[in-house]
Amino acid sequence: MLNYAFKRFLGAWPTLLILIALAFFMIRAAPGGPFDSERHLPPEIEANLRAAYHLDEPLIQQFGRYLLGLAQGDFGPSFQYKDYTVTELIMTGFPVSLRLGGLAMLLAVVVGVSAGSLAALRQNSRTDHAVMSVSMTGISIPNFVMAPLLILLFAVYLGWLPAGGLGNGSAANLVLPVISLALPQIAYISRLTRGSMIEVLRSNFIRTARAKGLPERVVILRHALKPALLPVVSYLGPATAGIITGSVVIEQIFGVPGLGRYFVQGALNRDYTLVMGVVVFFGVLIVVFNLIVDLVYALLDPRVKY
Amino acid sequence: MSVTPETVAAIPADKGRSLWTDAMIRLRRNRAAVTAAAVLAIMTLMVIVGPWFSPYDYDYTHWDMILISPDLASGHVFGTDSIGRDIFVRTLYGGRISLLVGVVATIVSLVIGIAYGATAGYFGGRIDHIMMRIVDILYGMPFMFFVILLMVLFGRNILLIFVAIGAINWLDMARIVRGQTLSLKRKEFIEAAEALGVPPFRIIRRHIVPNLLGVVVVYVTLTIPQVILVESFLSFLGLGVQEPMTSWGALVNEGAQEMENAPWTLFFPAVCLAATLFCFNFIGDGLRDALDPKDR
Repeated sequence: MLNYAFKRFLGAWPTLLILIALAFFMIRAAPGGPFDSERHLPPEIEANLRAAYHLDEPLIQQFGRYLLGLAQGDFGPSFQYKDYTVTELIMTGFPVSLRLGGLAMLLAVVVGVSAGSLAALRQNSRTDHAVMSVSMTGISIPNFVMAPLLILLFAVYLGWLPAGGLGNGSAANLVLPVISLALPQIAYISRLTRGSMIEVLRSNFIRTARAKGLPERVVILRHALKPALLPVVSYLGPATAGIITGSVVIEQIFGVPGLGRYFVQGALNRDYTLVMGVVVFFGVLIVVFNLIVDLVYALLDPRVKY
Repeated sequence: MSVTPETVAAIPADKGRSLWTDAMIRLRRNRAAVTAAAVLAIMTLMVIVGPWFSPYDYDYTHWDMILISPDLASGHVFGTDSIGRDIFVRTLYGGRISLLVGVVATIVSLVIGIAYGATAGYFGGRIDHIMMRIVDILYGMPFMFFVILLMVLFGRNILLIFVAIGAINWLDMARIVRGQTLSLKRKEFIEAAEALGVPPFRIIRRHIVPNLLGVVVVYVTLTIPQVILVESFLSFLGLGVQEPMTSWGALVNEGAQEMENAPWTLFFPAVCLAATLFCFNFIGDGLRDALDPKDR
């Protein structure tokens, strides 16, 4: 196990390096620079600015400098938000995004797994069809369509919940963003759970458990649930990526000051370091999370050899 | 009962049914999939020919009819947007772009995925190992961010959207195709081709790829909605197609800004987008069930 974990840990590095390199060279290949503005700067000042941010060095040297900084946990200064380092900006945005994404993930897993199991246990019943239709709707309606519709219904017409912003951080402000972020994932997870649960329920060890005379509740919770959850566990990696990307739109729609907003603004402003910072930060998050998911999977499934 | 020649003759000669006829029969029994296919066909037809019959153009602004609600009298059946453009015709044009992106970007991902997967699977060994390791590495990347970056940095070129979306979607296809190729290349007809001295890439093209189509077709119907979704996601962020041209994502974005006083600006494009995605998902599910020999 430790060996496997170590091997997977080593395997994550090339992914990270390619990710950082791609983002770095792509953004610098783009037309326009961080100091372009309506007002033309005198050439000497521009040269000084570029020198101050090391933009006058050869690209490779800049890349090396950036990697060196990263190794020390330094994302560099932001070009647009003067006086702020990218690390500071990430640290103000991330807690907000984390709360939103974490809650959405929790909701997605809890609701998705229960709905999927329920549908599988009553296969081809009305409950099953209802769950599956709702899930198909969840997959087919993108979250940026769902979010305005939810706002329209619950904030504008019914007036039950606030339409946007974080307010003073009350729970009511989080309800709509979390739900719109979680809905597509709930849909996927419930479909996955249903499929694998149906397959597990047909297997021999479940028949044995029933033949022993175990109560149905024990059969489901003790014997069927764990193997049925394996596909869900391996889906958690892509789900995280989905929630993180989704948060870019959801944060914009609901006016939530999280990391996703910084990314879009930063890219529009050619704020190289800020965009790099967000991409690298999210990239590392996703890679690390995928690693953890794989390890957990190996732990849960005795058939996986490492 | 003994089997005499007469009883055998009495059974009508059963024509051999191929995998495809079999699948089509099963697909036709799936009402959801058939309905979805019909709706999709109507929608596609509307999107293609509809604009020719509309009295308005997608960029024509009707200054004294701003944000009017849907009504038949004025000819604006879906109403107008904040600068007086007809939403019906804009929804149709948006549909053209969205469906076009869906098809073209899927073809891009198809070509890359099949070429890559079939090559890796056919040659096997070290080549396969290295090629699949690359896929593994790429898998962990948050590609959406790169697409957004591409759009922001290099302008909103529609061609770039096609290529960028297609280029991030080929990984699954490559994996599936490789798996199928691995089992295909052990078949006798491949061996025969090899014995005749057919060069490897011709074997891949002539003998392997045509036999992959079953799996690929299912996957294509599931890729198209994903691709449409990505495009509308980009357009929603304002990074997709450029004004005055539009796509469903862009229309949803415009509608979301006006929804409090003009909900129809959001409603119609949103319904079209969701309905299309619905249809593709239903067809994909139906095809998968129909082609899956496991549950007959």
